[in-house]
Amino acid sequence: MTAAPRKTKAGAEKIDVTVSAVVPLNDLVTRFEFRRTDGGAFPPFSAGSHTVVEMNDGGRTRLNPYSLMSDPADTSTYAISVRRDDEGRGGSLYMHNNVRPGDRLTLSYPVNLFPIDLRGHKHVFLAGGIGITPFMAMIAHLERMGGAWELHYACRSKALATYADDLTRAHPSRVHVYYDDQDQRIALEDLLDGQPLGTHVYVCGPGGMIEWVHRTAAAHGWPEENVHSEEFLAPQPGKPFEVYLCKSDITVHVGENESLLEAIERCGVDAPFLCRGGACGQCETDVLEADGTFEHRDHWLDEDEHAGGRKIMPCVSRFTGKKLVLDR
Amino acid sequence: MSRFHFPESIRSRPVYGTLEPRPGKAHLMIADAEGAEALLDLASADAGLVRHAHIIYIPKGTGETYVERLRALDPEQLHVSPSFDASLPRLRRVLAEAHMGLQLYLTGTEGLMGRAQSEAMQAGIPQGAIQTEHRGSVARRMQCVHCKGITEDVMTDPFVCSHCGLNLFVRDHYSRRLAAFQGVCVDAEDPGNVPDPVELYS
Repeated sequence: MTAAPRKTKAGAEKIDVTVSAVVPLNDLVTRFEFRRTDGGAFPPFSAGSHTVVEMNDGGRTRLNPYSLMSDPADTSTYAISVRRDDEGRGGSLYMHNNVRPGDRLTLSYPVNLFPIDLRGHKHVFLAGGIGITPFMAMIAHLERMGGAWELHYACRSKALATYADDLTRAHPSRVHVYYDDQDQRIALEDLLDGQPLGTHVYVCGPGGMIEWVHRTAAAHGWPEENVHSEEFLAPQPGKPFEVYLCKSDITVHVGENESLLEAIERCGVDAPFLCRGGACGQCETDVLEADGTFEHRDHWLDEDEHAGGRKIMPCVSRFTGKKLVLDR
Repeated sequence: MSRFHFPESIRSRPVYGTLEPRPGKAHLMIADAEGAEALLDLASADAGLVRHAHIIYIPKGTGETYVERLRALDPEQLHVSPSFDASLPRLRRVLAEAHMGLQLYLTGTEGLMGRAQSEAMQAGIPQGAIQTEHRGSVARRMQCVHCKGITEDVMTDPFVCSHCGLNLFVRDHYSRRLAAFQGVCVDAEDPGNVPDPVELYS
């Protein structure tokens, strides 16, 4: 990352956008399309990238990552599809309830933590629910370059099968949809069996599905390099706690419904981040002192680091106890 | 003594491990010369695994020393080949028809492991998923960086390029694509001033 431009603020560079369309797709999912407010072209992105959407929710800044699902070749538009989470912390509800065509928002430059491995001879996509979004961009990319791919897409029901009809119509022999309410399941073992050498599998969906795919592929002798996954974690609420930031010399109170990273930002401390979902590793912070218990929830640190108590990912992880001092 | 511990070197230089049984749908084992001993060790760790394996074996200088012992492991297929080049059409055919879940075990000289690894990577197996174990000779497969000719089984440093005749210094700088170390002219500035050849790792 030495070639990256020097930045004065944390996070990726930002783009001012205007909402060009809001398209409800079903009871839970709505697509939001954006144009650049300055009328220019968006930076090209690689399929699998996400953007962090900045929302101003009555004075509170919300930053949520969403996969870019538009065609990477189309630099006039970025599009995301947002599933409404009524139990969540409110970012998706804000998008659904407040964002209208013509509104202005800020997006981060695309960041790709889930790229296609273009050395692969064939690409098998496994989507669960709203996990379909990065594959929309990947399919567009592979179709353009004539790559071999197939999609296996598990949805709750026909009514909630976002984009399933469009995909099936466009690629009838490559798209396979499975409906939970009809007791249809992805036959993963059969699917992994007999794939040609050089096949890569990509999974985006609930945590259990991702774990199932990694475990089953390993048992079938698949190299871990050939199994790719992406899961954004939303920060979970928890008991409020105090943290002392050593370099900034301030004590921060982390509320029940905000993440440690959000609390640090609220106090005016500029902390690094990219994905805000426990995946990218950018916000990794050294723990200088701790007397209590960590609630590690990220996918970045390994088990030893979680047990070691020397590092924390403030975007999704929390703490309970008497004292926490961070090197920030 | 078929095992040799290579001293630590630059990052480019390949490092080798010890073969171990891994779960998989098919098992392809490629060995030359004393590499047979690593397969015999693997069979004593998991005889069932080797019985399901396809073994390609190139005896090189060891002649019949190991062939009967490998046959006694009762592998699904044992192909004894006079050279790696002679076995290449078979290897390419096997890789072209292979499925995900294939485990690859390479053992023997560096030249053999490097060439087999290069073929496997082109077929879509990531390098990190290929097991290797060095056994036998420390001879190297060298590419002359001047004429690009390959000299097999180089045992001394410097050595004479078998294609262009330059005196070449043996480097640890390695090409995975070519499966060869780089040999660089040792007397370019003072022709004829060539150090006495020393046996590698002596």
